[in-house]
Amino acid sequence: MAQTATPTADEIIHKANHMALYQGVDTQSKVSLTITDKQGRMRKRAFSSLRKNDDNLDRNQKYYTFFQAPADVRKMTFMVHKHADLEEDDDRWLYMPSLDLVKRIAASDKRTSFVGSDFLYEDISGRSPKDDFHELVDTTEEYYVIKNTPKKPDTVEFAHYIAHIDKKSFLPMKIEFFKNDGRAYRVIESLQVDAIKAKQNGRPVIYPTVTVSMAKNLESGSTTKMTVSDVRYNVGIRDDIFSERYLRRPPRDVMR
Amino acid sequence: MIRIFKTGCLILLFSLMQTVAPTHGAEGKEKAWPNFLGPVDVHGFLEMRGGTRTRDDPEARDISVMEVRLQADLFTYTDWAEFKFKGDVWADGVTEKGEGDVREAWVFSRPSGFLDLKIGRQVLTWGTGDLVFLNDLFPKDWQSYFIGRDSEYLKAPSDAAKISLFTELANLDLVYTPRFDPDRYITGEYISYWDVAAAGHAGRNDIIHADRPDRWFEDDELAVRLYRNISNYELAVYGYWGFWKRPGGQTVSGTAIFPELNVYGASIRGQVAGGIGNLELAYYDSAEDSGGGDPLIDNSEIRYVVGYTRDLAMDLNASLQYYVEQLLDYGAYEESLSGIPARDAFRHVITLQITQLLMNQTLALSLSGYYSPSDKDTYLRPKISYDFTDSIILETGANIFMGEVDHTFFGQFENNTNVYAAVRYSL
Repeated sequence: MAQTATPTADEIIHKANHMALYQGVDTQSKVSLTITDKQGRMRKRAFSSLRKNDDNLDRNQKYYTFFQAPADVRKMTFMVHKHADLEEDDDRWLYMPSLDLVKRIAASDKRTSFVGSDFLYEDISGRSPKDDFHELVDTTEEYYVIKNTPKKPDTVEFAHYIAHIDKKSFLPMKIEFFKNDGRAYRVIESLQVDAIKAKQNGRPVIYPTVTVSMAKNLESGSTTKMTVSDVRYNVGIRDDIFSERYLRRPPRDVMR
Repeated sequence: MIRIFKTGCLILLFSLMQTVAPTHGAEGKEKAWPNFLGPVDVHGFLEMRGGTRTRDDPEARDISVMEVRLQADLFTYTDWAEFKFKGDVWADGVTEKGEGDVREAWVFSRPSGFLDLKIGRQVLTWGTGDLVFLNDLFPKDWQSYFIGRDSEYLKAPSDAAKISLFTELANLDLVYTPRFDPDRYITGEYISYWDVAAAGHAGRNDIIHADRPDRWFEDDELAVRLYRNISNYELAVYGYWGFWKRPGGQTVSGTAIFPELNVYGASIRGQVAGGIGNLELAYYDSAEDSGGGDPLIDNSEIRYVVGYTRDLAMDLNASLQYYVEQLLDYGAYEESLSGIPARDAFRHVITLQITQLLMNQTLALSLSGYYSPSDKDTYLRPKISYDFTDSIILETGANIFMGEVDHTFFGQFENNTNVYAAVRYSL
């Protein structure tokens, strides 16, 4: 094992993708978002989240979100069946309890704001590594610096993005999105990483997890801080949780 | 069908009581409720809403809506059940009264891996139509919709038991309403209408008093949905045994009545070309007029809708639907008429909805529209809403009715065209 051997850009991105989105079989957490606009006005969003991997291939996943705040979305539930294939859109459902209405949401555009924050849907559920060409442009003391260029530039609003990936944990610590003129216009930074203890097949494991992150829109001056708490891995979430039954009536422990 | 179902309901209820009652009795023995009840979650809002007609309507007041409304929402749970209460009280400037409405008051339980139960007053919705309803025979509140109350009020609650069964093969919902819950249809109180018999507009001086079937466990309703997903295409078949939800006939003396109605239908919804497509149809069997020859009772119908929704740009969503009502036994219907303007055999309606979100999704501009090329009438609902803060929402909009003739579905409401504004403070 040569310690100096540098992994390829594709290997780094593959690992980073796994660390950011696919650790454990499933995970449960509470998320709060604080959105602050240029004038300093603050808005808060809070929700409980469940996530489960469909397989061990770091591909398809299911997400379940139960909103607690603000008032106009309280108790709404949102469900995603994420498909990693480029050609296949995710399936998304939104349930509005005051109307008892299950709405199917068109998901062709993943680069829209998630609940009005500076995070996009694709920041939350992940951008498939297959969507971009990856190039290792620098290796620093702490980070692998990867330049990612979209294979289909007309489907996204950026020209490329630069990811700083921690050499030890392989967690992405900073992602900067650039426009055609070379100007950075969006930045996502991981501000805090916690070691979350869990069990895998009865053996104790530790999952390094980003618990505080910040997305900044440099054009609008708006920022969003995301805080993740009560993180649990491998809790044994059943597949049927991600169905219309639980969309209409959430499982008890996500409501607490 | 309904009889078998009633017996089944009773057996289920009894077995549920047997299984849950002892458990909770043991836990909460001789002690006050806080021991087994979770914390009570209290929310609500205070809202002021005002609106006015834009033209003179001799059958109605100038104000279309004028109210101060308070909603309280309470939720708690035990180990075996969840409890919800949601109720509104409001001072109503149109009726000049204090009004109240219990929107929800239910118990939910998940007694086993394959069974969910929800019993009590509840809002119920199913089907694929976007603001058109085919197999959803749960009560609607068209008055609230037309005067510009929040869209939450388009759905009126049912007093019902909903039993949901989940299996590998398919899922089944059964909703039993022991006493008929009609739509909150246009009576003339808030919205003036076309009075066919009088061949003129009528309103608050001619409020429709219908003879509503109201015997418990006799005048009941049963609605059934059998559904499953195949590769995330949602397939469903539906059945309904009850009554026309708004007066679908009249007695010889002219009293509006709710004749018996059975509905059978099916739907599919799923991804189509980067958007969501839906297709639904329903056969309305007007059971008291099966040949269509009774001039006093509405004929049977088949209703169809096909729709498509997708994102056009960032935070810009559009949906388009084509909806058709086909009046069956049309020959018999025409023959039985005596000078009253005839409905067309086919009523075609195109619906369009566009929503644009702006300013970090705090400002929403939307337009819903219904246009009928056969009735030559239109209903437009433009709306702007702005989340001033997380707890204060400002809203303004309009309900615009246009029609070439007085008696068509939307055309009859032309004088009710209104604009409104509201502010809501959530707690």
